[in-house]
Amino acid sequence: MEILVCVRRVPDTSENEIQLNSAGDDIERDDLVYSINEADNYAVEEALQIVARVGGNVTVATVGGEDDEEVLRREMAMGASHGVLITDDAFSGSDGRGIATILKAFVQKGNYDLILTGIQAEDGGAQVGGMLAALLDYPFASLVNSIEVLDGKKLKVSREIEGGNKEISEIDLPCVLSIQTGINEPRYVGMKGIRAVASIPIPTFGVSNLGLEPSAVGEAAAKVKRVDYFVPALGKGAEILHGTREENIDKVLELVAAKGGLK
Amino acid sequence: MARIFTYMMHKGGAVDDTAFELAAAARRIDPTALPTAIVTGWGANLDAACKALQGSYAETWKIASEALAYPNAELIRKALVKVLPSNSIVLVAHEHFGIDLAPGLSIKLNSAFVSDVLDIAGVEGTGLKVVRQEFGGQVSAHVRCDISSGAVITVRPGAFKPQEGAATAGTVVDKSADVGALTAGRRYVETVVAEAGDVDITKHSILVSIGRGIQEKDNVAIAQELADALGAAVSCSRPVVDAKWMEKSRQVGSSGKTVKPKVYLACGISGSFQHLAGLKGSPFLIAINKNPKAPIFQVADIGVVDDILEFLPELTNKVRETRSAA
Repeated sequence: MEILVCVRRVPDTSENEIQLNSAGDDIERDDLVYSINEADNYAVEEALQIVARVGGNVTVATVGGEDDEEVLRREMAMGASHGVLITDDAFSGSDGRGIATILKAFVQKGNYDLILTGIQAEDGGAQVGGMLAALLDYPFASLVNSIEVLDGKKLKVSREIEGGNKEISEIDLPCVLSIQTGINEPRYVGMKGIRAVASIPIPTFGVSNLGLEPSAVGEAAAKVKRVDYFVPALGKGAEILHGTREENIDKVLELVAAKGGLK
Repeated sequence: MARIFTYMMHKGGAVDDTAFELAAAARRIDPTALPTAIVTGWGANLDAACKALQGSYAETWKIASEALAYPNAELIRKALVKVLPSNSIVLVAHEHFGIDLAPGLSIKLNSAFVSDVLDIAGVEGTGLKVVRQEFGGQVSAHVRCDISSGAVITVRPGAFKPQEGAATAGTVVDKSADVGALTAGRRYVETVVAEAGDVDITKHSILVSIGRGIQEKDNVAIAQELADALGAAVSCSRPVVDAKWMEKSRQVGSSGKTVKPKVYLACGISGSFQHLAGLKGSPFLIAINKNPKAPIFQVADIGVVDDILEFLPELTNKVRETRSAA
């Protein structure tokens, strides 16, 4: 099975406190730690496990800039056979539909049976997978938390629905699935693995070799644009305890006893 | 202003709570709007849902098809594309079905798409300004959406105060004949109900709940020791289950369990809305997190900015001392 996984490099919210810049038009990006978007990493692991069972190849692709090569190499170190950087100044300012349009053009350059995305990015809204599927007229399932290959033509997939229940469906190939976190246990990638793939060339694609009209992507085509960032005025918010740790512990314990009916 | 439609989820004949929240969101976009509800399905359940909507919507469009007895997003998308007028604004709840339906619907309607909207900031010409959250709720963003060719918007459940009873005898318009035969590349097989776990977190009055801040599996014991000392249970947020440090049955949230404790100790939990959706009955919420910007502090009653790996063991010792002295 030929599998394409669309990935993104994002600021890691578990490593960073996200702050606004002084102009308020972006977050402060200077000292951010970036990493592979968490859900995308699960998607790559799932692709690798499928290929291990039924054969085939995993390609990872990202729409971005030179800095994004590092996540492609990281995923290649996990076992992806190919990494592709889709980059062009004309892509700057694309909205979700623009990104999906770019990915559609790339998908049509290949011969993929299955396309995976992470369910959502740290700053995104679970949109590109479903849009890409609709542009390609492929079936789609979101929030996928298990995949079984039934034969060369269809999969049995499970979606995570309310209350931890699972919705089981059959889906025809080729299709697009957006992968929920927790579907598997992504393998560890060490420095040694990343060094081993450091010199593998990463081909790039842009407007011209994807056959895209520059006006169909980028800021000019975007119907959705971020105006600014802000920190909302808080409601009441928590009463923050400012005592020493010992004082805070006494206060917490007193409140647990009072509110929880601790005997 | 374009016509506004709200897609209605329903189950067993009962309309989802978000039905009235979407009506409220529609009126924030256009205060004069009489939004039209769209409901799809089959049989008695569909008729019951239509009846329930008549109390709140002046007009409800009903699409009945045996193929739609179970909500399959691809089939429903095809049905909606056939009945919706061009340039419509379509509101859908941002939950598992909306996530499945909405992005593809926006492509097929050739309209703008914005997801997980928390608030409407206003309309200027063809620009609708909405509020979203990014980076796990650490910052908010104003997003401008060009609605000149319509829009599909998913609305965060709970973000808008429900608006009920705006109409008394709304009409139901049957649009089924416009839809025709429907086929999809994805076919529903069955629903597998979540397994019950070893501990029922819904039955406890105190929960020690852990998030990503617990850092590794071995540290779960730190929370368990505190829970044992308090006579409480340990629950968790999604990242802990994703990492396989605890069973799914311990997860609080929209994709996990809904709990109603008296006290909820959120330890190293950032406080995503999906997690908070699993907390009902207004428990006394104590948040302990080393990140002072963690969104959990916006909703907690009491906050402690500290490292749970140091704070919790000391708290456990104090509980043990206090209880043995008593």
